[in-house]
Amino acid sequence: MKRFRQAVWDEPLLKELSKPGRVGSTFPVDKRVRARIRDPLSLVPSSVRRESVNLPELSELQVLRHFNRLSQMNFSVELGMYPLGSCTMKYNPKVSEVVASSDGMKNAHPLQPTETVQGLLSVFYDLERSLSEITGMNRFSLSTAAGAQGELAGVLMIRKYLRDHRSARDEILVPDSAHGTNPASAAMAGFKVVKVPSDEDGQVKARTVGELCSDRTAGMMFTVPNTLGLFEGEVSEICEAVHQAGGLMYYDGANMNALLGRARPGDMGFDVVHLNLHKTFATPHGGGGPGAGPVGASKRLAEYLPVPVVSKGKDGYYLDNSLEHSIGPLKGFVGNSGVLLRAYVYIRLLGASGLADVSSLAVLAANYLWKSLDPEAFPASHGKELRRKHEAVVSVKSELPGAAMSVAKAVLDYGMHAPTVYFPLIVHEALMIEPTESEPVEMLDEYASALNEIYARMKDRTLGEAPRNASVGKVDEVKASHPLTLKTHW
Amino acid sequence: MRDAPRRHPLLPNLDEALVAKMLEKVGAGSVDELFSDIPQKVRLGRKLKIPEGAAEHEVRREVQSKLAQNMTPPNSLCFLGGGVWPHYVPAAVESITSRQEFYTAYTPYQAEVSQGMLQSLFEYQSLMCDLLGMEVCNSSLYDWASAAGEAVRMAGRVTGRRKALLAGNSGTQRRSVIGTYTEPMGMSLETVAYDKARGTLDMGDLRRKLSPDVACLYIENPNFFGGIEDAIEDVVGAAHESGALAVVGVDPISLSLLKEPGGYGSDIVVGEGQPLGIAMNFGGPHLGIFAVRDLKLARSMPGRLIGMTTAASDPSRRAFAMVLQAREQHIRREAAMSNVCTNQSLMALAAASYLSLLGKEGFRSLGEAVISNSHYAARRLGQVTGVVSPHFKGAYFKEFVVSYRKKKAETVYRQMAKKGVLAGYPVPREFGLGAEAGSYCVTEVHTPEDIERLASALEGAL
Repeated sequence: MKRFRQAVWDEPLLKELSKPGRVGSTFPVDKRVRARIRDPLSLVPSSVRRESVNLPELSELQVLRHFNRLSQMNFSVELGMYPLGSCTMKYNPKVSEVVASSDGMKNAHPLQPTETVQGLLSVFYDLERSLSEITGMNRFSLSTAAGAQGELAGVLMIRKYLRDHRSARDEILVPDSAHGTNPASAAMAGFKVVKVPSDEDGQVKARTVGELCSDRTAGMMFTVPNTLGLFEGEVSEICEAVHQAGGLMYYDGANMNALLGRARPGDMGFDVVHLNLHKTFATPHGGGGPGAGPVGASKRLAEYLPVPVVSKGKDGYYLDNSLEHSIGPLKGFVGNSGVLLRAYVYIRLLGASGLADVSSLAVLAANYLWKSLDPEAFPASHGKELRRKHEAVVSVKSELPGAAMSVAKAVLDYGMHAPTVYFPLIVHEALMIEPTESEPVEMLDEYASALNEIYARMKDRTLGEAPRNASVGKVDEVKASHPLTLKTHW
Repeated sequence: MRDAPRRHPLLPNLDEALVAKMLEKVGAGSVDELFSDIPQKVRLGRKLKIPEGAAEHEVRREVQSKLAQNMTPPNSLCFLGGGVWPHYVPAAVESITSRQEFYTAYTPYQAEVSQGMLQSLFEYQSLMCDLLGMEVCNSSLYDWASAAGEAVRMAGRVTGRRKALLAGNSGTQRRSVIGTYTEPMGMSLETVAYDKARGTLDMGDLRRKLSPDVACLYIENPNFFGGIEDAIEDVVGAAHESGALAVVGVDPISLSLLKEPGGYGSDIVVGEGQPLGIAMNFGGPHLGIFAVRDLKLARSMPGRLIGMTTAASDPSRRAFAMVLQAREQHIRREAAMSNVCTNQSLMALAAASYLSLLGKEGFRSLGEAVISNSHYAARRLGQVTGVVSPHFKGAYFKEFVVSYRKKKAETVYRQMAKKGVLAGYPVPREFGLGAEAGSYCVTEVHTPEDIERLASALEGAL
């Protein structure tokens, strides 16, 4: 086992570091302004005037040291393998960061006249066209800020479309393997969630869907490949069944990294699609965001997209708020523009052939890693005979409860991030492993042997407490949320 | 000539020999075989119709030259506001947020190796609680508008009531987003008028519209026009009297000089964190602020929350973890408080570093510089013939409305842009001010020379 030690800094809180009389950044008033505006505080009505603001007092270097030390206690993609299933933690090209820090991006104001931001709008227009082609959709709105917001937009579109066609259908089908955001989004949009069971091969069957459909069915949210990493073989038949029952089909694009240039949701029969640009299109995950979750629609639903969309007219590109049946805006302004730009750069770096290679190699990596695992220790939960797509889900074999968590914590000591654990919910002691196309094959080997070794140590009871090499030992999460000890600020 | 072997900087296993080796382990004859479970009828069977990829240096040049066509500072002056404001982003903030340890990580699911982000987000929550005077602040939502949407939904959930009052001087786009978010709950929205002379909320109209079925009042302070709601305490008090929650939207920079919203009884505070060290970025990524009065309300709030705890085996070792996750979608699914998953953590990190960098004194100096510059500019524009500046009589912070005697605001706004001055965004017609009112935003970044250039551009456009 290679040695790894994460940095340990007993780094106090900013407030504990503070000492009166220090400052890291100041904004003196210009002399000429001061001559005219002598008492700025008098401009604030006394009823709402603030006496002072309790913020820490630190020098610039102190602030930098504080956050730099914290950064050393944070595992990241550029430090090591991060195969968090369903999150597609691929490498984020540096050139995207450079381009996104151009003045023409950073300093653009969303309310400036469109004729003064044609460069950026042309990028968004091209991005929109590319995403439409990649998914087989008619049109995309780039405005939604994350996957979950894209989902909400999608189900709201379904709702509005049905209302406009005088239908009060109120049920959305969601497979039991789906991400939690699916049922949560459907519920936010006012739908009742009907759970669709997967079969023993982890597949949703058209027949099951047909039986659950009724005149209350508004549609179905479907993730393909699913969260088990398996392609849904009956996807077209399922789309047909739901359409026949009068419902619409929503494609959750969280796992689109498996299908670029191979298959398109539009050709499968989906009406609405969202993509996670921070997954498939390599924009950084930011420690938990920002992402971007553009939503696309077939011709039938295109007029229902959230506004604004980017359009091209005789005077150039513009932000179009005129879609006749739009569900309205879900976010201020245009969308997470800085993220959209990075995704565009990524598409330009790879192009048509490169994107197809991305999926080929992501799928190859997932299958390779899966086959490198000890099948006794990590049996596949479903569909043993099926090929994986972008990820593999295994069930840790053990009589002891918490086996998956033990493996996850132990692998951190190897200087590698854990897979997603205990998801999908239908898998006992689940590990969900998504290596992505970014990992060189040697890393896949290293990861597999780490997991195999951990299992062997677990079996002969020599694993012990983990992690030992992280910045901190196992964190007390029960205490963290306990009403008596809960502390959410200092 | 033989074909060059296939190589790509982003694809370490593209080489044929590596692929062959991997396929052998997988037990497949070809990569295509791995996709054989995709039914023939849904396979694309052709190349995507998008251009082929280009090398890094080519893409960089191509995209940067497109961006260079934009008219943006430092090659122009920006006096636009409306929810995104030109403020200075200290270099130290950019340095912190561009650390790959933070930006290439994801949600801190494995707390032990993610203490850096967890503590940073905890610091963000702590700093925001102080700034806002609130008990609990989550670790971010997407932006102000979507946070406002979530807040009004939450008010409906908590009170069981299905009507919301929206201040008529709050941002129209935020009101639209609230509409999109609350429509499925069957929430009805009613607008409260504002005082046409002062620009502040009309108390009489508010009292008339408050009733036992009102879940909340949504009000912004400063309001869309930039005006300070000097009677906000009475406004909040009136809402509380009828059992409604007070949801207040803020520009956090204004809290350098304005009373903290918790200090006047706000139940939920939302706002736009962009001015706290985040570039304007053509509307995003920004930072949705979401805070609540107390822990009881926190149990119904959307979004991630970080808590302080200890190591399990060593109670003297401080540690951080995500808390109260039972509210969230990955645990509670359709019964979750919100569907939010990926939020804006990196932006919260920016805000935490910004606030700690400025600190008590720097933040105060910023507020004084902003309010001084805005008043200096408003008075200067008032000297331009054919202009009323500021249009409203009430107090204001960094934005103000200017009305033109003869010209349409749309024309003035476009004319000034031709001179490289981005200013005077036409006040949306929903506010009922007519077509001759433009909105201006002046901050610490603007010098007297900039303001002079603005005044002459305005003169030229009239």
